[in-house]
Formats: sequence, structure tokens, C-alpha cells
Amino acid sequence: MKAVVCVKQVTVLGDEVGFTDDERDVDPDYLEKALNEWDVFAVEEALRITEASGGDASAAGAGKESEVVVVTVGDEEADEALRRCLAMGADRAVRVAADGIDDDPLTVARWLAPVVAREDPGLVLCGVQSSDAVQAATGVMLAGLLGLACVAVVTEVSYNQAARRATVHRELEGGLIDVVEVQTPAVLTIQTGINEPRYATLRAIKQAKLKEIEVAEPDSPAPGAYRVRRMFAPEKGAGAEMLSGGAATVAARIAEIVQARLS
Amino acid sequence: MSGTLVVAEHLRGRLRDVTRELVTAAQDLPRPVGVAVIAADPGPLAGEADLRGVDEIVSVRAGGDEFENDVYRDALEALLAGRQPDVVLTGFTVNGMGYAPAVAAKLGLGFASDVFATSLEDGLVIARRAFYGSKVHAEVELPGGRPVILMLRPTVWAPAEAGGGAARSELSVEVRPSRARHLSFVELPQSDVDITSADFLLSVGRGIGDKENIDRFARLAAKMGATLSVSRPIVDAGWMPSARQVGQSGKTVKPKVYLAFGISGAVQHLAGMKGSGTIIAVNSDPEAAIFGVAHYGAVADLFEVAGELEKLP
Repeated sequence: MKAVVCVKQVTVLGDEVGFTDDERDVDPDYLEKALNEWDVFAVEEALRITEASGGDASAAGAGKESEVVVVTVGDEEADEALRRCLAMGADRAVRVAADGIDDDPLTVARWLAPVVAREDPGLVLCGVQSSDAVQAATGVMLAGLLGLACVAVVTEVSYNQAARRATVHRELEGGLIDVVEVQTPAVLTIQTGINEPRYATLRAIKQAKLKEIEVAEPDSPAPGAYRVRRMFAPEKGAGAEMLSGGAATVAARIAEIVQARLS
Repeated sequence: MSGTLVVAEHLRGRLRDVTRELVTAAQDLPRPVGVAVIAADPGPLAGEADLRGVDEIVSVRAGGDEFENDVYRDALEALLAGRQPDVVLTGFTVNGMGYAPAVAAKLGLGFASDVFATSLEDGLVIARRAFYGSKVHAEVELPGGRPVILMLRPTVWAPAEAGGGAARSELSVEVRPSRARHLSFVELPQSDVDITSADFLLSVGRGIGDKENIDRFARLAAKMGATLSVSRPIVDAGWMPSARQVGQSGKTVKPKVYLAFGISGAVQHLAGMKGSGTIIAVNSDPEAAIFGVAHYGAVADLFEVAGELEKLP
């Protein structure tokens, strides 16, 4: 079984924030990069499913049936996210070369779609959402563009390759589980906690650095889902009283407030 | 109909609260306001959807009793073709996430999710949503195709009250059998801890760093007379059972006091605790989103503060 996992190198905003001159985004100087947390779980799940469905995902050799392909949209910096997936055990990586994309999920899904279609996988796994933009949309948009079945917010997957279907758990609000049977090929968006992602060995990390990453050219996009007009820091703690004066003072104030509110 | 179309969400034969919130949000968007109820037997649900501010209820007889992906995708497409709304509202919920983005992508519509405020400028919708882990907010325009689909953040708008008098109609649609079929529900395992009934929750998140620190905060909670609760990453890591999880996928809590250590305040967490009487947050990151809902905040090392609390009589 071939699985494609769509991943994102997310931005992590530190303790301070500054904006670009046109006030439409955060100044890149204030951002760090990382592989999206949800996507780590998605890669792990893809590795487990392909390993269980016969063939060893990490075995060498052409024409193997079992394969995990990771795809992202981004500039060269995003290769770092792909290499982390390769170090975990993904077989191949494809980057759709796009500079300075914003987080419009429709544009990203349109760029991912031709690569996913070409790979013709049995399962497409995406993280439920990215930690920076929290759209929870790109994976399901991909399903819409490619006409694939889909289940969002999945916390368990049992894949039956012979029957070409999977039984999955969909996690509803409040933790209620909806057990769903889905025909494959399908897009599943993967929730954190579904598995325990493996750590890459040092050797695997070194090997991943040597692997070739395929670079695909993006289609010229149609108008995206939205356009950011203005970005700004929200009013902070409207009404929140900040406690200061060192740990001992803060602790004493907390104890006082707790006692007053509970009595 | 033009105007604004709310897609009702329901579970086990009952309308979910988010639907009432969407109806309230729709009052500030183009009128009239319609509510679409998609179900095998929409009748009883349509009655529940007859809320104040609803002009029309459209019953779509399709699919099974529970949500199924392809049924909602097909039914929403048919609704868009048949009713030509300007704006479609769904919840930013697990069901909404399953189909609304797919329809927006297929038809090339304007789309924004996790929207927590809207405005109209010259008849065009401007939506507000957060970026960069909720640390910054943005206004987004929706220049793509019409209608626009907005997925609204739950628990932001007040639920619309029961009203009555909306016109009723039916739309007959052809939907394919869903490729993703509902089989059953599995309840959370019963637990002897009920964090929803506690007056005082001491809640810990990713900031506590190591599993070993759980015990320390459990002892601190016991000392202070609090019940220990946690945010999602702690449950994901397997450090605590889900019965203690606060947030959209865990429990919604409203204790008198909610004391949070090392919780940055993901949207899904805030939705589960922002109704607490008094919220006190300790976090080393001054930009942590939890300070946006806290009544008292301290930018401090949580272990130092915990250490001082341990020393208090």
C-alpha cells in the first residue's frame, strides 16, 4: 500500500512580535520553523499502516508495493521538515516549490493535488490542522479537489488492504468516538495522540540528509480562499490583572485570590 | 433565497448548540437567514431549528441519522445550487471540518475557518481569525467565488433562543451513498474523577515538560484542595487519562477557580474553560493566548511559583 502524507513546516512565533511594512503578515525575523506537530503523528501512522500492510516501508528495492511519500509546499527551508519525515522512515519526499506562501489552504491544496494524484495512493494522510494557522482545511480541500472520500479528525485507523477499506475512529467534541467505515482511496486527517511517534536514529537522520528531494513546480493558482487584509496583535488580557513581583509574591497573591473566590 | 444559510449540526437526534450560535452570528450577515437540516428524518430537528431570527428552514431528506461525509458534501452542493445563498455558515467543529472545506475547494469558493468575528463592508464579508498559534489576529477578505463559506468558532456567539414562525420548505436532492459510513458510537470510558463538578481546578499543560512533574502538581493540587486537570498534549503523551482533559475534545468546565500552569491556550482548550469563574494563568511566555481570557496572569517560571505555593502553610 502506498500512502502519501502531506506535511507543513510551520512557523513558531516567539515571545515578541513585529509586523511587515504592509501590515499583512508577521515579520519573518520573529519566526522559527518546525515540522507541524499533527503531521508527525500522520507520518507515524502512515509508516505503521504500510509496515502492517505487507512489505517493509524501509526496505530497499525498486517496485516495492509499500511506500510512504511525504509532500509539502514551501521554499528550500521546508526541506528540513521533509528530511525529518525521511529520517522517521518515509521513502520519498516531494516539495512543491513555492516561495513566501501565506496560509491560504485552498492555494496549498491546489498545489498539492497534482502530486497526490500522480502518486495515486491508497491513503492520503494529513494532520488535522497546522499549529500556526489552525485552518483544519487543507486535507479536506484536497479530498474535494480530487473527489476522494474523506474522514476528518481521526484517532484510530485499521486498514484492510484486501477489502480496500479502513475502519477509523473520528473524535467528536467531548471525546465521543464515531466509528466510521471508509472506502479507500481516502483522505484521513490525523489527530494528535493517535500513536506514539518514533524518534529517528542518528544514523537515519544522517541518511535522510543525503536523500534526494524531488522539487515540483507549482501550478499558477486561481484566487485563493481568502486574502489577509490586515494583521495585528490582539488586545492583551482585556481585564486581566498581571501579577508581578517575583515567584514568592505571585504565589502568595494566587493563594489569596483562590481563598477569596472559594469562600 | 440569497442571504445567509446556516447548516444545522445534529447528533443523536438533537440539534447541537453550535447551530443556535450560528443563527445568532447570521443576524449580522445578509438576510434572509435560512437553516438547512440534513438528515434521514429532518422533521423533529427542523422543529428545534425554528429559532428566533430564522426566516426559513430547509429540510433536506438525505443520508442516515448521523453525519456522513459524502452526504453533507452532496447536500451542501445541492443547497448552494438550489438556494443561491451569499454566505454559508457551519461550525468550526469536527463535522464541519469533514465536509465544508471539500465543497469550498471543489467549487472554488471564498472560505475561512475558525472565524470569531464578521463584518459587512459594502455588502462584502470581512472575517476575523487568528494566526501564529492565536498570537496575532487578522482581517481576511474573501475574493474567491460566491457564496463564501465561513466556519465559525464555537462558544463565541450566544445561542439563539427558541422562537418560531420560520417558513418551512423541502429540497429534494440526489446524494450518493457515502463512501464513509457511520457504524457506531463509542463512549469515553467511565472514570471516578469528574473534573466538571470541581469548584477548583489546578490545570497543567505542556509547559510542565516531563511526566515526572505530574506527580508534583498532583500533590500541589491536593495540598491546595484542587482537582488536577490537564490540557490535550498531556493526554496525547499518555501521562494522564482523557477523563482529566479540559477542552473541546475533552470536558467543558466551569469551576469557581481555574488555575493554569504552563498552558499556552490553544483555541480548543480555551473553549473548554473560558466560562470559569476566576481564571489564573501562570506561563513563561508573555504572548501566551491564555492571558487573553485570564482574570489574573503571571509571566513567571511555573516551577518557581509552584515551589512557593508548596511552601505556603
